[in-house]
Amino acid sequence: MRPKATPKRQLLQGNEAIVEGALAAGCTFFAGYPITPASEISEILSVRLPRQGGTFIQMEDEIASMGAIIGASLTGAKSMTATSGPGFSLMQENLGFACITEVPCVIVNVMRGGPSTGLPTNPAQGDVMQARWGTHGDHPIIVMAVSTVRDCFDITVQAFNFSEEYRVPVIVLSDEMVAHTRETVVLPSREEITVFDRIRPDMPAEWYIPYEGDSRGVPRMAAFGDGFRHHVTGLVHDPRGFPTQRPDEIDHFMHRLFKKISKNLKTIQLTKSFFLDDAEIAVVAYGSVARSAHRAVLEAREMGIRAGLLQLCTLFPFPRESVERVARQCRAIVVPEMSIGQMSREVKRVNQGFCRVEKHSRIDGQLITPDEICNRLIQLHHS
Amino acid sequence: MPKEVTKLIHKYLRHDKKFPHVWCPGCGNGIILGALIRAIDDLGLQKDEIVLASGIGCSGRMPVYVDFNTLHTTHGRALTFSTGIKMVNPDLTVIAVMGDGDATAIGGNHFIHAARRNVNLTALVINNQIYGMTGGQHSPATPYDALSTTSHYGHIEQPFPIAELAVTAGACFVARGTVYHVKLLESLIKKAVKKRGFSIVEVMSNCHIQFGRRNQLGGPVEMLKWLRSHAVRVDKAREMSAQDMAGKFTIGVLADREYPSYVEEYERVRKKARDSAHKESP
Ligand SMILES: Cc1ncc(C[n+]2csc(CCOP(=O)(O)OP(=O)(O)O)c2C)c(N)n1
Ligand code: SF4
Repeated sequence: MRPKATPKRQLLQGNEAIVEGALAAGCTFFAGYPITPASEISEILSVRLPRQGGTFIQMEDEIASMGAIIGASLTGAKSMTATSGPGFSLMQENLGFACITEVPCVIVNVMRGGPSTGLPTNPAQGDVMQARWGTHGDHPIIVMAVSTVRDCFDITVQAFNFSEEYRVPVIVLSDEMVAHTRETVVLPSREEITVFDRIRPDMPAEWYIPYEGDSRGVPRMAAFGDGFRHHVTGLVHDPRGFPTQRPDEIDHFMHRLFKKISKNLKTIQLTKSFFLDDAEIAVVAYGSVARSAHRAVLEAREMGIRAGLLQLCTLFPFPRESVERVARQCRAIVVPEMSIGQMSREVKRVNQGFCRVEKHSRIDGQLITPDEICNRLIQLHHS
Repeated sequence: MPKEVTKLIHKYLRHDKKFPHVWCPGCGNGIILGALIRAIDDLGLQKDEIVLASGIGCSGRMPVYVDFNTLHTTHGRALTFSTGIKMVNPDLTVIAVMGDGDATAIGGNHFIHAARRNVNLTALVINNQIYGMTGGQHSPATPYDALSTTSHYGHIEQPFPIAELAVTAGACFVARGTVYHVKLLESLIKKAVKKRGFSIVEVMSNCHIQFGRRNQLGGPVEMLKWLRSHAVRVDKAREMSAQDMAGKFTIGVLADREYPSYVEEYERVRKKARDSAHKESP
């Protein structure tokens, strides 16, 4: 028996761990445009991807980057781009194209202060609603958030897997703090992680119906050049991929897009719970703020406050059931976030009068500290 | 219908697609599609190895009718999608068809950068000098003083010479044809598709509905005649004075040069990257 290799401890920043996650998940194509605080992802992939026969390409802007990764995915590659606020805004139209044509791809948005050029080197969480609703029209999408360097790896792998499994673009929200924090981590080996590859057609080409969902509601995906010639369009299309104006076909198509996600909510809505079993007061947090929240909960516990933390790893589809469970159980929930209150509104929306929900927002470009959150927990404890 | 034409229709048009097509009777787009199909047939390319991508506009509807791998992207972005496709599978022949607005207004940045970057793609820019699909607003190729639904008082901007723009931007192969000179168009498309590197054919076309009518240029027949009388072969143009060329445009091959294509260059990058990785971890 071969001795098991000792797990390698590495000092990595969040952006580097995202690269490791992408490569482990099988990403072979990256297109991007430089922007702080996401540039390291491009820089490292420009070194790593060509080594293994993949492609890194720096495009003329983020619109082009998004177009290129969709084209690459349609040709069979797992593809990704990475950006920050201004670039994320530019990607929205083509992101919608990926939604309607069901093209798997991963978009990393390392959030910084906005709007506009905003605060290029400060962390923020103000793009949450844009990630959900940024492209026009009704559309399903998966949005995930990372809070630690290890998360950056795991969630990126997960993002590729969801994207491939459900043929949907997946957005990974990071922020400047996670992106540039260095931590010692042990990353899992390739054997230890699960990688999902899109299901390709295995029938004769004449039988292939490119936009007919299988039992999961997800169509099989052929790559250009595979011999399954078909049409891909951003117009609403029938199962053959041809534009349609028929209300019955439109209705069927739109509902299938949503159903393939809603049928699998349990698998997709990932959360982490800390000390929630007996909690009376809970924090609901995501991204780098979840780390401060974790710390705050520990401190509050030391003071005898029964506090807990629900960390959201999947932001959308919004993990309604998990949040509702916490709202039913606890007296109060505090939602700290580096935005004016985007996620707290979601929490309030699902809280049908079960408990008190308070936001704790910071929009001065500074990280929310454990002390701040702990103080809120103390206040809520005494009220 | 001649037997040859019927044969090509059977071979290349999609039979499961609901016809009729969306184009107005007499639109130049059909002539261009015909030339493209004949060029591809002549080159002996397999349908499976062709990707026909497009942007948005009347021109953008071309791919849906033909039995290739087809992709109808977003307005102006066909070349960006095509870049991703070609880099993942360089064996595919990737052709992007675009309108003049599509390629040089909203997609102008992608257009010049695709020419500069030199990925092996073929761009087919259908220049009907107007925004056809949206109802006849002026485009970057609309002539000075022309009338459009957004230039009621005469257009006050100068048009882009699209092919010349591509020459300056660095495209390997640049040609201009018209929907009148069909045989020439076919041969230009063939050359462009065969070319390694970024190639572009600008096709002067007629939109009698949105451009011709408003500018008293007549119907399709009159507009084709106009194209005939205003097109000058490149070699002939060289001998003509600027004065004689005023209001006219050149047709034929404007540039044909050799640069290493991005696909080949990137293969070199991959090799260098592998070699340096070996050095790092012996
Ligand atoms: C982002 C965006 N803006 C505007 C439009 C509306 N639009 C559709 S086609 C078109 C112009 C088409 O003109 P051209 O590219 O010259 O092609 P043609 O229709 O003449 O073939 C415009 C502006 C759009 N589809 N997307
Ligand atoms: S509007 Fe013009 S470009 Fe569009 S189909 Fe009609 S004639 Fe052709």
